[in-house]
Amino acid sequence: MAVKELEKERAPQPAGFGVLGWARWFWRTLTSMKTALILLFLFALASVPGSLVPQRGVEPDKVARLFQQNPTLAQWYDRFQLFDVFTSVWFAAIYLLLFTSLIGCVVPRAATYLRELRRRPPAAPRNLSRLPHHAALTADLTVEEAARRLRARRFRVDTGDGWVAAEKGYLRETGNLLFHVSLLGLLVAVGIGSLFGYRGNVLVVEGDGFANTVANYDRFIPGREVSAESLEPFSFDLKDFKASYQVQGDKKGQELDYSAYLRVNDTPTAPARDYELKVNEPLEIDGTQTYLIGHGYAPVFKVTDGQGQVAFEGPVPCLVEHKPTLTSGCVVKAPDARPSQLGFLLRFLPTSVPLTDGTYASAFPGELQPEVQVLAAFTGDFGVRSGRPQSVYELAPTDLMKKLKPLVMGTSVPKPLAVGGSLDLPDGAGRLEFTGVKEWITLQIAYDPGRMPALIFAGLATVSIALSLMIRRRRVWVRIGDGGAVEVGGLTRTEGSAAGFAEEFDDIVKVLTAGDKDDR
Amino acid sequence: MTADRLAEVSDLFVLAAVLLYLFSMVGFALELAFGRARSDVAARRAKVPVTVGGAGGADEADGADGTAEAAAQEGVEPPSWAPKAGVAALVLGWLGWAANLGAIVTRGLAVDRWPWGNMYEFVVAICFAAVTAFLVTQIRQNVRFLGAFVMITATLGLGFAVKVLYTAAGPVVPALNSYWVAIHVTAAILSSGLFILAGVAGILYLVRGDGLSRLPSRADLERVAHRAIVLSFPVWTFAVIAGALWADKAWGRYWGWDPKEVWAFITWVAYAAYLHARVTAGWRGRAATIVQLIAFGCLLFNLVGVNIFISGLHSYADVN
Ligand code: HEM
Repeated sequence: MAVKELEKERAPQPAGFGVLGWARWFWRTLTSMKTALILLFLFALASVPGSLVPQRGVEPDKVARLFQQNPTLAQWYDRFQLFDVFTSVWFAAIYLLLFTSLIGCVVPRAATYLRELRRRPPAAPRNLSRLPHHAALTADLTVEEAARRLRARRFRVDTGDGWVAAEKGYLRETGNLLFHVSLLGLLVAVGIGSLFGYRGNVLVVEGDGFANTVANYDRFIPGREVSAESLEPFSFDLKDFKASYQVQGDKKGQELDYSAYLRVNDTPTAPARDYELKVNEPLEIDGTQTYLIGHGYAPVFKVTDGQGQVAFEGPVPCLVEHKPTLTSGCVVKAPDARPSQLGFLLRFLPTSVPLTDGTYASAFPGELQPEVQVLAAFTGDFGVRSGRPQSVYELAPTDLMKKLKPLVMGTSVPKPLAVGGSLDLPDGAGRLEFTGVKEWITLQIAYDPGRMPALIFAGLATVSIALSLMIRRRRVWVRIGDGGAVEVGGLTRTEGSAAGFAEEFDDIVKVLTAGDKDDR
Repeated sequence: MTADRLAEVSDLFVLAAVLLYLFSMVGFALELAFGRARSDVAARRAKVPVTVGGAGGADEADGADGTAEAAAQEGVEPPSWAPKAGVAALVLGWLGWAANLGAIVTRGLAVDRWPWGNMYEFVVAICFAAVTAFLVTQIRQNVRFLGAFVMITATLGLGFAVKVLYTAAGPVVPALNSYWVAIHVTAAILSSGLFILAGVAGILYLVRGDGLSRLPSRADLERVAHRAIVLSFPVWTFAVIAGALWADKAWGRYWGWDPKEVWAFITWVAYAAYLHARVTAGWRGRAATIVQLIAFGCLLFNLVGVNIFISGLHSYADVN
């Protein structure tokens, strides 16, 4: 009803369409309920491609794959910003229009509301029996007494000659306004987060550490206003990682729990403390959160080259190929090997078991019988020093791969290597040793100054929408005639939420008839 | 009882619930087909003021049901067993409800965690919520006319869960081992149950013509739908926000446009659009119902479609 009143106030004027006329027309159209409705629909519709097309911010690898597999389509997607729907120009256009409309809607409503807060309930209509709720009774009642009894029921009351007008339920409008304002607040909070916050990912192997500087991230996504100096200067070492898995039954091999044991320095000078990092339990340091996202194996290798020198030694993080068994693919590169560089493609089996056909597979994600299969070994130029960006999970870019000289191919290595095992390359080209197993974890580190405001506004939105939808605005009038003839009429102002009012009305009638002494 | 035994008992309870819902549906359908619409209306008249949980409500100023009443009066005298079929259906419905509850409780005991950690458990719980919403509403108001349709929905839902989504009892991945399951998923289940009630009423609204029909009057249907949504929308809002809070704990951001989040958002906006549509003049009735059903479609797609067609971070969706 409030809306209708509002729309009456803004009834179309015969505009002498100058610039101002058009501006006024545009503003009126933008802030009308119809436009709000259309914008809401558009808002929902515009989000749909965000769930169907892979998003850069969420799955960058899938986007890259699409570019490889179907470049034409990917380019068209890119042209329409479909890989970045939620940061795209057109998405922003929709929600900015919606929120402008919202402001244009909320401000005049707030003004009306403030005026209404001070306004007295409207005088009684002439014919109370026309109202949806009506009762006629005889009682010994004065206007003052009726007003008092209604006030006692927390109605706002006005009186006149022989009548009482009462109204209640203003919280509904309060809730509605507060809800829309909270939505605005939420938008602002999200905006602050994306300007002043940052997010990054890093992989850490057991025994290694991490210090929070931009250079140490594998992937770093800063907000526009984030500078390298603004990062919280904490650091930690990964002492140990432990995972437990279901041992029996249908779900054998499913993760049950995992923890990363960190030794944390909150600032460079602060004393170190221990922290057990788990899923759902991030490490918080002064507003910066560190989350445990994933884990895998990093077998340790030693590569000796053709000249007998150690060309590489250390853990190699492997990509998980099969999650239920943590079978992982590893790439070992020794660009320092002489006379020529060496590289290996390997498969890591945490619990290796021989199959009947003579091959091996991992039967369990835990590290019960860790073994490494050598799939291939190459020598040649891996392009490590070419200055081109390299993936640690790839031996060499595709064009260079073709030029490499294979030393060993999978079929010629019958049995996987156990810890301590080694493989001598043919022609004295070198030697690969499998010396141990470590684990790696992936972390997400995030700083978002809009988190708390967003939470507050979201909470406010929930409470206020509940108020707005549950509370009804209702009016009651009492007219007192001669000889104790009393007429009572009532109505609810809100469509769809009048239930329960009939009872309340009956109660009111009872109180007016019999007094409120015995009314609870 | 051992965990395995409990899990078996839970499976049996689900089957019992399916059968009881099915029989209940038949009973409601018989009442609807052979009973007289008028008795419905009269009963509703008497009971109208009270609502579910004291919230939402009928709009007495709405005079539309008067015509439905008059129209329905012209019906033929119904066989005397028709109302009895309705009562029997109600009893069967409550029994099915109890079996459904039993299934959830025993499952929870068997796995020693909140029993909504995967799609199967989730759908079983939503069916329970929908039936609860219906049964509780009908205590206070006569919405028995919806019985057949709610029961068929619950039967199909449980059947789908058993046939397609079934997952043996077991532990969940670490990310789901959190008290947020209790908060976020429970809210999602509650509001989904109510939205289903509204959706059923909305579909009936469209199926039913304007003329004389065995089906309840359009005004009744619209009111039930609106009331359910009014009640459900804040709960859904809360569910989405609780989800964001959990995501903040689990994934390092409170909102990251994961497909599930996108569709929860779309659903939320669509129901907000429905509420707005009703406020805007001329968007009552058919148009509003269509908007509501679009929103309902988004909800269903989020519950089922996203898990099956789109991969995301929500790890409970393990449908093999
Ligand atoms: C961000 C998008 C928005 C959302 C999610 C939203 C949501 C809602 C909800 C849930 C209600 C409660 C409906 C009810 O009381 O039945 C509501 C009411 C209302 N909204 Fe919005 N809204 C949005 C934007 C807007 C905009 C842009 C306008 C103005 C052009 C607007 C104007 C109103 C009005 C006037 C009501 C009051 C209805 C009444 O008095 O009952 N809203 N809104």
